[in-house]
Order: sequence, then C-alpha cells, then structure tokens
Amino acid sequence: MSGTAPGAPAVVAQGLRKRFAHKREAPVSAIDGVSLEASHGELTALVGPDGAGKTTLMRMAAGLLRADAGSLTVLGVDVTADPQQVQDRISYMPQRFGLYEDLTVAENLDLYADLHGVSAEDRATRYPDLMEMTALGSFKARLAGQLSGGMKQKLGLACTLVRSPELLLLDEPTVGVDPLSRRELWDIVLRLVADRGLTVLLSTAYLDEAERCSRVIILHHGKVLSQSSPQQVADQASGRSFVATPSSNQSARRLQARLLDQPAIVDAVPDGGRVRFVRVAATTVPADAQDSAVADALQDARVDPVTPRFEDGFMILLRAHSDRERLKPMVIAHPLGRQDDEPVVRVTQLVKKFGTFTAVDRIDFEVRRGEIFALLGPNGAGKTTTFRMLCGMLVPSGGELTVAGANVRKAAASARARFGYVAQKFSLYGPLSVAENLDFFAGAYGLRGDRKRSRIAWAMEQFELGAHARTTSAQLPGGYKQRLAMAAALLHEPEILFLDEPTSGADPLARRSFWRGITALAEQGVTIIVTTHFMQEAEYCDHVAIMDAGRVLAQGSPAEVRALARTDAHPEPSMDDAFIAVVERSRDGQNRGASASPAAA
Amino acid sequence: MTVKTEGRARRLPPHELQAPMKKVAPTANSNAWPAKIRRIRALVLKETHQVVRDPSSIAIGAVLPLILILLFGYGLSLDVKNVPIAVVIEYPTPEAIELAAGFRLSPYFHPTMTRSMPPAQHLLLEHQVDGIVRIPADFSRHIAAGDANVQLIVHGGDANRARIIEGYVQGIVGVWSARLAAQGQATLSQPVNVQSRLWFNEANDSSYFLVPGLVVLVMTLIGALLTAMVMAREWERGTLESLLVTPVRTEEILLGKTLPYFVLALFGFVLCVLSAKFLFHVPLRGSIWVLFGASMLYVLIALGIGLLISSWAKNQLVASQLTMLATFMPAFMLSGFLFDLRSMPTVVRLITYALPARYYVALLQSVFLAGNVWSVIVPNTLVLAAMAAMLALASRAVVRKNLE
Repeated sequence: MSGTAPGAPAVVAQGLRKRFAHKREAPVSAIDGVSLEASHGELTALVGPDGAGKTTLMRMAAGLLRADAGSLTVLGVDVTADPQQVQDRISYMPQRFGLYEDLTVAENLDLYADLHGVSAEDRATRYPDLMEMTALGSFKARLAGQLSGGMKQKLGLACTLVRSPELLLLDEPTVGVDPLSRRELWDIVLRLVADRGLTVLLSTAYLDEAERCSRVIILHHGKVLSQSSPQQVADQASGRSFVATPSSNQSARRLQARLLDQPAIVDAVPDGGRVRFVRVAATTVPADAQDSAVADALQDARVDPVTPRFEDGFMILLRAHSDRERLKPMVIAHPLGRQDDEPVVRVTQLVKKFGTFTAVDRIDFEVRRGEIFALLGPNGAGKTTTFRMLCGMLVPSGGELTVAGANVRKAAASARARFGYVAQKFSLYGPLSVAENLDFFAGAYGLRGDRKRSRIAWAMEQFELGAHARTTSAQLPGGYKQRLAMAAALLHEPEILFLDEPTSGADPLARRSFWRGITALAEQGVTIIVTTHFMQEAEYCDHVAIMDAGRVLAQGSPAEVRALARTDAHPEPSMDDAFIAVVERSRDGQNRGASASPAAA
Repeated sequence: MTVKTEGRARRLPPHELQAPMKKVAPTANSNAWPAKIRRIRALVLKETHQVVRDPSSIAIGAVLPLILILLFGYGLSLDVKNVPIAVVIEYPTPEAIELAAGFRLSPYFHPTMTRSMPPAQHLLLEHQVDGIVRIPADFSRHIAAGDANVQLIVHGGDANRARIIEGYVQGIVGVWSARLAAQGQATLSQPVNVQSRLWFNEANDSSYFLVPGLVVLVMTLIGALLTAMVMAREWERGTLESLLVTPVRTEEILLGKTLPYFVLALFGFVLCVLSAKFLFHVPLRGSIWVLFGASMLYVLIALGIGLLISSWAKNQLVASQLTMLATFMPAFMLSGFLFDLRSMPTVVRLITYALPARYYVALLQSVFLAGNVWSVIVPNTLVLAAMAAMLALASRAVVRKNLE
C-alpha cells in the first residue's frame, strides 16, 4: 500500500465535532472543531487534562463514536462511513485495558488472536516475543484479574499486538500505574516504533510522557491548542524558564507560593528543593529589575536560567487559553498557628486484611502538626485503605493508630470531630444546591446559630462559591465541585485535613491552585494528609511515604527520598526515579527470598 | 524456586525486527467463512470460561433454578388442606354427631367442636378458624320433616380459599345426606348435590400445576437475566470497548453471547423436567419433543429480550432490575402460570397477549397435563416462533458496534 510510507498521514481529522447530550443539561461539546494529523511510522501523543476530549477522539478514531460534523479519515478510510474496515486493521487499547479478568493471560491472548484471525504459525513466533517483551511468560495461567496494575497494562498491550496492526491506538495506557510499569511500557512502545515502524496514536495526561513522542497534539476543552514536536512546545518557553534556589533560611514551598501569585509569572513548581518558574515574557537578565514584584517575591533566592522543558511550554499555552482566575490564597478564620514537633497522627505496625489479601502490611509513620504529609504510590498500593483506617471508616486488622491524640480504634467519633475528609470521588449530595450542601454538612458537624452562619459565609467567600450558591452540586463545573468538597470539609475548622487523590483528573492549572490553597492552609497550622499518584506533587510536601503493595518502602522529606536514587550517573534524580529505585530494590529483595509473592493489584 | 514477579522488558529477537508488516485481517472471500466461524468459536469459548468461573452465572444458571424448584415444589402449595374450622353442635343428636364426624374424618378439615355459637364466633373473629359449621338444635327434628339446614359461615378474607372451603363443606354435607337417603331416611330439604370433578389434576395436587410453570420461570431467568447481566458487565468493565475494535461483526457478538446461554438454559430446562417427573411425579402426557422444541423457541425469545435490554441498560443493576420487571414478573403473574388469565380484567388480559410467557405456559400445561392437543400446540408454537424471529431481527438492528 502506497499510503503507508513513513510520514504519510495515518489519521486525518478536519473540523471534527462531537457533542454529548445530557439529561436536563446543555449538551457538552467534547470535540469542538478539531483538525489534526498523525503520521505513519510515528508516535503521536494526544496530550491534555481530563475532560480535554482525548478519549472521545480516540473512540472516534476507533469507530466507536460517530462525528457530529467534520471528517475523520483513518488509514485512508472514512471512519464514519465504514468503521468496520478500520476496526479490521487497527488495534485499540481502551483506558481500562479491555481485559477479561476472569480469563487467564493465555486465554486473553488467544481470544484476541482468534478475533484478529492470527494463524497458528504466526502465534508460534509471536507469542514468545510478546511474553519476552512483557515479562508475562511465567504468568500465562494466571487470571488477568489477579495481575498487578502494571502487568494488566502490559497484557492489554500484548493483546493489541497479537498481530501487527496498521495503527495502534492507546487510550491513556499508563494512567494510575506505578512509575516503574510506566517506564517499562514506554520502553516497549518506543522500541516497537523504532524497530518495526509501528504507527501509534496514544493519549496521556502525563506531560513527561509527551516529551518522548515525535509529535504532540495538545487538546484543551475539545480544541487543539498546538500540534508540533515536543521540542517546539518547549521552545515556546525559551528564555523564560528559570530555576530559583532559595537561600538556606528560606523554604522552597513559600518561595513557590509567592512566585505563583505573581501575574508576571506563568508557572512555578517546586523542584527538588528549588523552584522552577516560567515568566510571561522572555528576559535576558536573570534577576529582572524591571519587575520589582517578582524581585520582591524572589527575595534573595539565586536565579539561573534553565533549558525549557515540554511542561513549561504547555503551561504557557494553557494559561493563554484559559480564563480561569487564580484562586486567592486561602485564609482560615482562626489560624491554629502552632507548628511544633508534636505528632498528630501516629501509625504503628498498621495492618489491614481483606480475607486472605493483605491490603496494608505493617506500616509505620508519623505526621507532625502543620505538616503536609503525602502517601505516594500507584493504584492498589494501599493508600486509600490506609486513609480509611485513619478516618475510622475501616477497622484495622492489627496495629495502633492515633489521630489527634485519640485512639481511632476506640474513640472514632471524638477523633472524627477534629478532622475533615475529602473523598476521592465527589461525595456530596448531587441534587442539593451548594448552599444546601454546606448547610447540611455544617449541621452534621454540629455547628449551630451564628457560628454556622459565619462558617458558611466564610466558605462561600473563600472558595468563591457565592455565584453558584443555588446551583445543584451535580451541575457544578469540575473545579467547583472540588472547591465545594474542600469547603464542606473545612467548615468545622478541623485540625487535620485528609485528602484522597485530590488532584487526579484535575488539569495542571487546577492542580497548581489546589496546591496553592493547601500550602496556605499548612502555613496556618492545619495538618494535611494527602494521597497522590503524581510523584512530582511530593515536592509540595514536608514528608512523604512511598507505598507499594501495602508496604511503606521509604519515607522522609522529598529531598531525603530523592537521595535514595542518587548515583554518580544520575546526580539529580526525580521523584519518579526515586520511586523506581525504591520499588526495584524492594522487589529484588523479595525475589532473593524464596518464592515470589504475586504483586498485589 | 524463584519466579520474577516483574522483570524488565528485553530486546526483541532479530527475526521479528525484519518481519514485514503483514495484513492479517481476512478480507478475501475464500477466507471469510472460516474466520467467521473461528471468531464465533473464540467468543463462545470465552463466554464458557467466564460462566464456569463466575459464581454469579452459576448462581443464576443452576442454584436459582434448584431453589425455585424446591420452593415451588415443596414450599408453595395452592391446595387447601387441614382447614381449621369450628363445628357447632347445639344439640348432640346422633345425626348431628354423625355429620360432625364427617368433618373430623375429612383430610381437608381440622375441626374444633363447640356447643354454642359465641365461642365459635370468637374463634372466627380471631381468625383461628376459617369458618363455622353450625348444626342447629332442631337439626334432627327437621330431618324428619325434610327441611333440615346447616349454617355455614366462612371467613371471606381470601375469596378463593373461601369458595374452596364452601365447596368442601357442601361436599361433606352432600355425602352425608346421600348416605342418609340411601338408608331410606329423609333427606335434607335442599339436597346439596356437589359432584365436583377435577380434570387433569385429579389428585388435586397443585404441584402438577406449578412445576410445569416453573420451567417458564427458570427459562426466563437464565435466558433473559443472565444475558442482560453478562452484556451489562462487559459494558461496565470496559471489555466490550476493546472487543468492538476488532474484526468481529455484530452478529458474531450476538451469536457468541447466545450459544453458551442457550445451552445453559437447556440444562436448566432438563433439570426442571427431570425434577417434575421424578421428584414431583408430574405426568408428562404429551410428546417430549414438542416440549423440547417449544422450550428452545422460548429460550431464544428470552435471550433476545436479554440482549435488547442490555443494549440499553449498560450496568448490571439497571439490567437486572429491568429484566426482572420486563420478563420475570410478567412471566410470574401474567402468564397464566399462577393466576387464571380468563378472570383478569380485559385490559390486563390484552396485555398478556404481548407476553411470550403466556403462550409458553399454555403449551407447557397442555403437554404436561393434557397431552398432545394440537389445537393448542400449533397456534402457540407459531406465535412463539414469530416472536423469536422478531426479537432476533430487533437485537441485530439495535446492538451496534459503537458506544453511542
């Protein structure tokens, strides 16, 4: 086929539109006039936050959703007119891998090989390859449901590779998977592209992944913001990226917060004890005398220019296309003001078993007052289970647990009055309005009269919910839902705030302003305990614990944890590197033991 | 033994690197047929593995039928037996005592004897008895005159039961007065001549009637509920999404779902028939092949309904509730299995014509209890066949290879 020459377009969209109708709501434009191209023999990434339209676009390319307007051509075929022809020629891995969990690894592979009409001879050569590539060889007889997240993801990929597809579609293949598995999957995909000339279109919310593709299409609210090479995106920030090193008596987190509040600064993130920031305009002078506000914010921090990375350019694009106002720094009515070394949460040899499965396995940690503490780990590591035990929603199978001086196992209710909890899923009452929700939660926390009124007024003001007071919370835009959830959790002025995966699914801007609020709360003495699978977010915290398969593998300040991965070849490891190093070390240790224990899912 | 839980990916072997891109999807016509068969085979195999491993399929496919069989066969009975009744003998003449003895000896009654009305009325008010038979003080005197009366008061809470009790009482009194007449004595003034005869259920055993009806419930459950649930599960778990983006065709997906559950439903059917025959000794008077054929048609219909529901209800909870409402409840209440269709209000009766279960129940009752009554079998089978064909076409049209 002449069209399959490398560089020839494999996917072409022109003026593509897709709207979803919802009951009682205005239809949502998921794809809003998208034109794009992905070439043969290349790795193209669709990058964007949740809700950008990545999955919709992937499904349209796979012939699973029909376009409302515009054209979409895949492998020279109009998908809308003949989805089956496209489906005969491509392979597709949906977000949840599309595995049959009650079939074994081998049965899953056989099923897809049969469906794709792969002959017995082809299987004889291909299966050993796939097994070697994914390291699943010794698990052929295991049920897919009993594999770890990373192994499922690799089996999902193997199922799409039982034959050589003309186009491989991967929808967020690495979401929620541990960094080690992510790295392995990327190695496989990159090698397939380089060695076999495979054409891949994948979507991702991880910006560091986009950097590894040959072409990046940035989607935001159903529109294409840019399509170019990752380098070109990074170049947008050329001359505008800097790193500020705070002087020894300064905290990087406060520096980051001050910088992020500056209108002349697009983005500021903590980065290994320093702060990486991007200016609105390029300057040649490192310490910008023209902008005294920025200079004030920097105080006496040393500023060095750095090579811009993809994320810097991405943030510039996103800010330019977003009308979101920066959330004002959070001020609580009665700052606790105390920041001492007294541990407010103490966990000793905590165990939780579900049947024969040990979800949390003898973990220890301490959280001090006014500290931001993060549990880091992939899905299934045991973070949420730990959280639920801390909040008294699950009874531990063993170990001791003290929260705010109270033994949660014995006095759950008294401990509960002193903390706020924001669940991973939006858990407020959808049919109630914002005001009604706040009223209910204030009542549930036992607030009455003036105190109740003033606290609700505070929440409305602080989270800028006033304009939405009468909106039912199910209809709130995503960012406001989270604000409402936070507001409800802070109504009774808790000493400790528990946040379970607060940033999963949020776009980078929302994540920045979320962390801005959280660091402000911590400054005022509120203890924050948070779980996240974004390793970079650990940089915002005072203390992190890395969890995998129910165990705490390492803990300490972000700098201490990162130092665990420091080698001569790699003097400045990232949090991802640290996680991988720690997990590999622990798994090697297990393997040196006797028989392997299955990685818990 | 050392097994690596998760090893790093390795280099590809060189022969794969040079392998040219092969187009494996069969498009040539000579190839198309076997590929189709292979895909269906793969889907059936997959489904079978899932049924065998999934406890909920086993529960719906085997445990639930068994529970229903035992429950309906042993637990639930429409027979009226051992009815508690008060017999008032106001004056114990030999005739009155003899009549009262008739009640005591009857298996249908469990009489409490009293000497006057007030205690009997008290028992009735407290619903400790279902009725009062009053043999008046002047009973014996009136026998001679030929105008003796026995008063019967029945608790009317359950109209059906009341009517049955009434019939039983008339029967006992009738038997007694007939014997009196045969002995040449005077008869009662209104000789109650109850000559009840029950066709097809001469044993008057409701399991004759219930167990064939059970087959309908079991078929409906396995056919519709199980298919709707397993399809909804594929939607829920996102597995259908990746299945759709393969060369598999809609009709292959439908067949792949239909075949295993067809077999499972027939297994449930055999279970029901065997238990009907050997556990409850229900006669099978018609042809077993007619029974089998009609049941296969009905299973197809149930599967079709299940697939239709699942194309709309994409999570298991909605699918199961919808299936219960749309198939199980009507099959239970509106098919003539439990309640007589002729005594239903016209509107409700008209609705029953749309229910496949109605025709199947008619067929089952005919084949089990009456024999091969072709005037019943032929029209009902034709209706079922037409419904099966319609549903097959409908599910082919409604189930689409997309997520819209």
